[in-house]
Amino acid sequence: MIHFVVHDESDSVGVVVVEGVKAGQELTGWIMDQDKEIRFQARSDIPIGHKLAIKELKNDDTVIKYGVDIGRTVAAIKPGEHAHVHNIKTKRW
Amino acid sequence: MAMDLSKATFWGYKRENGRVGVRNHVIILPVDDLSNAAAEAVANNIKGALALPHPYGRLQFGADLDLHFRTLIGTGCNPNVAAVVVICIEDGWAKKVADGISATGKPVSWFGIEQHGDHDTIMRASKAAKEYVQWASELRREERPLKDLWVSTKCGESDTTSGCGSNPTVGNAFDKLYPHGVTLVFGETTELTGGEHLVAARCRTDEVRKKFQFMFDRYQDIINHHRTTDLMDSQPTKGNILGGLTTIEEKALGNIQKIGRKCLVDGVIDKAEVPTGPGLWFMDSSSAAAEMVTLLAAAGFVVHLFPTGQGNVIGNPILPVIKLSANPRTVRTMSEHIDVDVSGLLRREMSPDEAGDKLLECMFRTANGRFTAAEALGHREFVLTRLYESA
Repeated sequence: MIHFVVHDESDSVGVVVVEGVKAGQELTGWIMDQDKEIRFQARSDIPIGHKLAIKELKNDDTVIKYGVDIGRTVAAIKPGEHAHVHNIKTKRW
Repeated sequence: MAMDLSKATFWGYKRENGRVGVRNHVIILPVDDLSNAAAEAVANNIKGALALPHPYGRLQFGADLDLHFRTLIGTGCNPNVAAVVVICIEDGWAKKVADGISATGKPVSWFGIEQHGDHDTIMRASKAAKEYVQWASELRREERPLKDLWVSTKCGESDTTSGCGSNPTVGNAFDKLYPHGVTLVFGETTELTGGEHLVAARCRTDEVRKKFQFMFDRYQDIINHHRTTDLMDSQPTKGNILGGLTTIEEKALGNIQKIGRKCLVDGVIDKAEVPTGPGLWFMDSSSAAAEMVTLLAAAGFVVHLFPTGQGNVIGNPILPVIKLSANPRTVRTMSEHIDVDVSGLLRREMSPDEAGDKLLECMFRTANGRFTAAEALGHREFVLTRLYESA
């Protein structure tokens, strides 16, 4: 069963595609572009559609999704942790 | 195996100017807010006539007024419309809009309210509308080649599943339609922010790229001129954020999935402008769903592919809007709004090609006459784009 998907293996985040992911749960992810599977443990409860970090991110790091820059971290994020507006901001506007 | 579109056809209404529609509406078109009451009264009198009320049309000027006329005339010219009754507070602009529409050769009548009042205007306009509805009801669909179909896209209430599932499904369908001479369009200018370099790289020529960059920069200037914040909750919207989208860049990269991986951007048009040939066009536009879909209808598109994540419920009075979603929760909780469920993509139960084919199959059924969910539910959002304040 696929719990989260990743667009490209260079990405720093994946997207949870099932409902009810809880902290501590073992998750299977699918890297779509390279068609690979990866496994992570969720460190937070993560709603469907929301992201988890799959790389160690320091504060003010660039976040990569689709292989492209989607913004910067405003706090450190550990792999398996919920990554969203509380720890990532736009670099534009 | 991918669908073979080389001999694909659909059943449509061939109009006087050669364009082909997939609906057969008789519309009652008010030029201004004051004429809404009369237009709605006519549509109430005459069954099968459809009024398109809206809140604008007074004291507009310059480019904003040009866009108002272009949108109204374009709506009347759309091949999904068989005939038009135009109503305005006065004669001059009624005639201007009617003349613009009658260039297509379709039947048009116009009525000014001043010196007649609502009663007399409604009576005369109703008589015209009755003749049109009866005439249009005898028009028959004929089999037409795929290239006669003009297909638009724009997504709404996107979430992260849009970028992984429903938007790439539209991209897959666009890549399949493009080689067959179909006229295609995308837009949502600010929603390319962070991925504009990827669109620029897909432009067919330097000239197209320059025009795209001009439109993109022009819209960024508007945002920078008016913004008081980082646009959080507006772009991305509250719904986008609830659905897991974090930044405009992330939203843009998901949005761009709709133009597929193969087709090139052949041309750039301004709001409500009509493309001059087949291929993929970029239209400078707002990313607000009803505004943009109204502009696409005015540009002559006859069927629309609308991916949604969190569940945007939009429709349009004359342009059938096909909804697809890859979010399993949305598909479950808002099933009455979703025409095509591609949530299997995210479970690896469906390939991108299968999802694209499923969408195309729905597109052909819709073109052949099947109502979309939005049509059956009565979603007829007709929303005019304004560029600035009235005088």
